[in-house]
Amino acid sequence: MNKINQFIKNFGWPRIIISIFLISLFIIGPFFGIPTDMSLNDVFVRFGMNSILVLSMVPMIQSGCGLNFGIPVGLVAGLIGAVMSLEFKLTGSAGIFTAFLIAIIIAAVFGYFYGKLLNRVKGDEMIIATYVGFSFIFFMNMMWIVLPFKNPSSVQGFKGTGLRVTISVQEYWYHVISDFLKIKITEHFIFPTGMFIFFALMSLIVWAFFRTKTGTAVTAVGSNAEYARAAGIDVDKMRIISVIFSTILAAIGIIVYQQSFGFIQTFNAPLSFVFPSVAAVLLGGASVNKASIGNVIIGTILFQGILTMTPSVINSAISIDVSEVIRIIVSNGMIVYALTRKGR
Amino acid sequence: MEGNIILKFENVGKQFDGNRVLKDVSFTLKKGEILGLVGENGAGKSTLMNILFGINVIQETGGYEGNVYFDGKKVVFKSPFEALNSGIGMVHQEFSLIPGFTAAENILLNTEKTKPNIISKIFGKRLETIDEKEMRKSAQKGIETLGVDIDSDTLISEMPVGHKQFVEIAREIDREKVKLLILDEPTAVLTESEAEILLKAIRNLANSGVGIIFISHRLNEIISVCDKLVVLRDGAVVVERSVGGVEIKQIAEWMVGRSVEGEKNFHSKIQDISNDKDIILDVKNLWVDMPGEIVRDVSFKVRRGEIFGIGGLTGQGKLGIPNGIMGLFPSGGEIIFNDKNLPLNNTYNSLKSGLAFVSEDRRGVGLLLDEPIDMNIAFNAMQVHDKFVKKFLGGFIKWCDNRAIRECAKKYIKELDIKCTSAKQKARQLSGGNQQKVCLAKAFALEPTLLFVSEPTRGIDVGAKKLVLDALRGYNEKNNTTIVMISSELEELRAICNRIAIVSEGEIVGILSAKAPIADFGLLMSGIDKLEEEGEDNE
Repeated sequence: MNKINQFIKNFGWPRIIISIFLISLFIIGPFFGIPTDMSLNDVFVRFGMNSILVLSMVPMIQSGCGLNFGIPVGLVAGLIGAVMSLEFKLTGSAGIFTAFLIAIIIAAVFGYFYGKLLNRVKGDEMIIATYVGFSFIFFMNMMWIVLPFKNPSSVQGFKGTGLRVTISVQEYWYHVISDFLKIKITEHFIFPTGMFIFFALMSLIVWAFFRTKTGTAVTAVGSNAEYARAAGIDVDKMRIISVIFSTILAAIGIIVYQQSFGFIQTFNAPLSFVFPSVAAVLLGGASVNKASIGNVIIGTILFQGILTMTPSVINSAISIDVSEVIRIIVSNGMIVYALTRKGR
Repeated sequence: MEGNIILKFENVGKQFDGNRVLKDVSFTLKKGEILGLVGENGAGKSTLMNILFGINVIQETGGYEGNVYFDGKKVVFKSPFEALNSGIGMVHQEFSLIPGFTAAENILLNTEKTKPNIISKIFGKRLETIDEKEMRKSAQKGIETLGVDIDSDTLISEMPVGHKQFVEIAREIDREKVKLLILDEPTAVLTESEAEILLKAIRNLANSGVGIIFISHRLNEIISVCDKLVVLRDGAVVVERSVGGVEIKQIAEWMVGRSVEGEKNFHSKIQDISNDKDIILDVKNLWVDMPGEIVRDVSFKVRRGEIFGIGGLTGQGKLGIPNGIMGLFPSGGEIIFNDKNLPLNNTYNSLKSGLAFVSEDRRGVGLLLDEPIDMNIAFNAMQVHDKFVKKFLGGFIKWCDNRAIRECAKKYIKELDIKCTSAKQKARQLSGGNQQKVCLAKAFALEPTLLFVSEPTRGIDVGAKKLVLDALRGYNEKNNTTIVMISSELEELRAICNRIAIVSEGEIVGILSAKAPIADFGLLMSGIDKLEEEGEDNE
């Protein structure tokens, strides 16, 4: 009994409730004519698509900058990388690596200035980050129109200038990573090995970073900034490093998402990644100042699992679209729950 | 006779998380009597007053033992309001005045003089108009009782500190039924002439039948104004007697002294450190802007291999000295360390050149509470000296050597006898004494040539205190590391230091040998007598 209590305490009630809900969806799914292999396929693909975005929360949480509500800064960098690579008309792995490279460089620059800004508002990072994210998207909405993109598949067909709202990457680097070493298990279940390898690689980089001298310094800054200062560490510099790291990961993450999804979504699209990414890492058990890769994995599986399973199962069961309602309740509820625990 | 007693403490005791701060405190106060309560920092004065005044902390940490009788009845105040209502007034060290209000408004806050109007006749007393004329008159009367001349229309924010203190006292005595007034260091911010006026006012108040508890570090004031003296030391009453015939020096001795000499364990090394030939640290005209601990102008020399103590009362600036030298607060002046000029305001540089610092704020600055012990111990050494680091790609990647970190942690856990389940236990879960040992281990791991230790025994129990002090002395003897120890507890400074400097009002008022009589230290601290240094300790 003690062990069970300990487990509940460690794992946390929100995770237990959502896990049970998710498992029950898997169980009742087949009764409403939804094949289990298809459900599994959806969950795994969505995990691959979103996991790196969720992972990008970790460096900033660890350095004490809080949850990265300003993730659009990184997403926009990723979008720029993606459309630039299309501009060069590069296909296959050459295309996607060019996209990564450009995105990383731009994200580093954006992240530096974003980090500088966050250093000026210590203690209010999250609220300011939210504003930064939103306003940056609207600024870029203007830029997408103005910037001189030429590739016919990216620009608006009727006038030849300004980017489209969705740009297909079908002919460029669609599923380059997803289809790498893919395993066909059943007719509806194709395991996207490439995305999992890629996620593992990114996780390894994050893990390794926090085991270097700089990484431990970043953790110390997040854990107790005064302690770090007394150890002669440049607190502001460490915070900027973590913000740059988070921004780069977000930029990479959105490109991985796009190659699987098949479209580059510009304009307001980055808005819809903010709360789900934040909620997922919280659902995984991260707090506002502590997060691990384990949190990322658990959180992404649970959150994306709910997102994919509810529309198919519940909608076919009661013929009402409640999936959006559940998604909003889970993501926003999770954020509120986590913020109330901030002080511990 | 019995009816004349306004306040009686009976065997009052209090402990915080197993840390005993008061034991068996009993004394009485008669109507119209002024009781001087003295004791060192941490002797339990504030806790005792908090118990009397019903401050929430006391209830939250499990109440107190013993009984308090006020005005003949046994009382247990659950909140300051209950204490106020039953006739106890308290003037705190920090002002609790509203800066944007006038003196009159502050004095009569929530007891405003009002006159009825039409609306209040319908809706009740809370909507009555404020009678400004009455207010002014009433406030002025209160101020005049104190014998000072302050315009009751002046805004608090525009007043000098001395006047604020008077307004605060006027507010407490304005309550008509006040029977007992507690004054916590009321003269600390006053000039001498103001203090005199205040003391006279206190006498007047007492003559009108109010009982007064007067807390002060200025012992001459205690002697001149009080009827009765209670000395607290380590949470117990050591002296309760009338003031008549007591000398300042005697009070100082009661405050700081134990039954001394016999148990005293003086530092054994007196060898080659009794002169200024080999100076490791030379501080000249140091100022530090550390809030609450401002250092104005401090110069001293530390000899290689000695343990140099810095003592003094809280808030006088002794803590500012190490914090300033380590670059944690803005500072200026000239520091020569190991014959090299040490740039100020650069923490990394200070650490790199061989200084180390154990902060007085253990949980705030000293530890990563949510990280394991080994990380806490190794962190500084890793960041500053690149210890425990494996380099790859020509130093581009500096990988933490977890095994070396764990070995180092194990070594110190054994050496300092840190009680923990393993080196991976979180620092938060350790007791105060063990946390302090982790802080020491952190500093030792840096292998410093000079170690600053600030309040090493604050908030830890007696057993752990001894271990920590022994560890410091042992480290000093084994590695010939110079140690500068800052502490409010004179006893422990005298037990392990070679020389002790006393800081008062941001300046060093004297440097004494640890063997100097206790009373001399007491006098220095009270700022009565700026003693010149003794012969052998030339600066």
